[in-house]
Amino acid sequence: MSEAPRIAVITFPGSNDDGDAMLALELLGAAAVAAWHADAALPEGTEGVVLPGGFSYGDYLRCGAIARFAPVMDAVGAFAAAGGPVLGICNGFQILCEAGLLPGVLRLNRQQQFLCADVTVTVESTASAFGSEWEPGQELVIPIKHGEGNWYGDAGLVAELEAGGQIAFRYTEDVNGALDRIAGVTNEAGNVLGLMPHPEHAVDALLGPTGGVAVLRGLIEAARSGVATAG
Amino acid sequence: MKATVLIRPKEGILDPQGEAVVEALQHLGFAVSGARVGRLVDVQVDTDDPEEARVALGRMSQELLANPLIESFTIELGAEG
Repeated sequence: MSEAPRIAVITFPGSNDDGDAMLALELLGAAAVAAWHADAALPEGTEGVVLPGGFSYGDYLRCGAIARFAPVMDAVGAFAAAGGPVLGICNGFQILCEAGLLPGVLRLNRQQQFLCADVTVTVESTASAFGSEWEPGQELVIPIKHGEGNWYGDAGLVAELEAGGQIAFRYTEDVNGALDRIAGVTNEAGNVLGLMPHPEHAVDALLGPTGGVAVLRGLIEAARSGVATAG
Repeated sequence: MKATVLIRPKEGILDPQGEAVVEALQHLGFAVSGARVGRLVDVQVDTDDPEEARVALGRMSQELLANPLIESFTIELGAEG
């Protein structure tokens, strides 16, 4: 148990929500630590990891396709394999999918447009390591801002995720064409979560909706339980 | 040797770019009802053995150039060079 769990926020070339993620985590009582894509290890004492939003490596080839080869990703993979909580937001979600740490793929939005709006997502499953702060069916208003958020997996995969409680969030209505309105999924073990909405932009009522608080608290509590420590 | 990898959205997979292209072509007055937008990667493979090149290109495509969940790929080996 740690008072303020140490959560590493990784900056890739082209990340642009790393600063907001750190601010939001600090606001909610975590100790946010900056981590760098070229580092071979996570910062000492890391108890949780955030892959933030942005446009890592210019979205070359496919979103997230190049970032998964960043040196730090080996450490992230090892941390996840040891049970440590890893949260990927937007581009971070895309990276985790490309890295094979999360199921599915994020495609170009159905509308062929970059979407920037507050959306409502429903908590579909609290089975993951992040779910301690969530209620099933709870609605959270969180902004999205993405061009490639259209989640896809084949029918077999969707059924598998549904059965395993791996569908963490669904949009309440179709936003970007995502199959089954899926907004966020976890890995089978439940310690890696990715979602397209940006919880780090929704933690302060002065600035808008606060649906991100529950999501980030879920990560902070998972990190506090100290399943794995890296670095 | 030179090679080209052609990457296409798999059949049945929504291709918003292709749909946009169809609309734009129709706007220009062309009678078209379908277009699919893929990607082309020219690769200079450092081997003269076509079989070795083909195997390597297959792995490149599986592991990086295409996302097998939503994309298919074909490999064309070019002339020596």
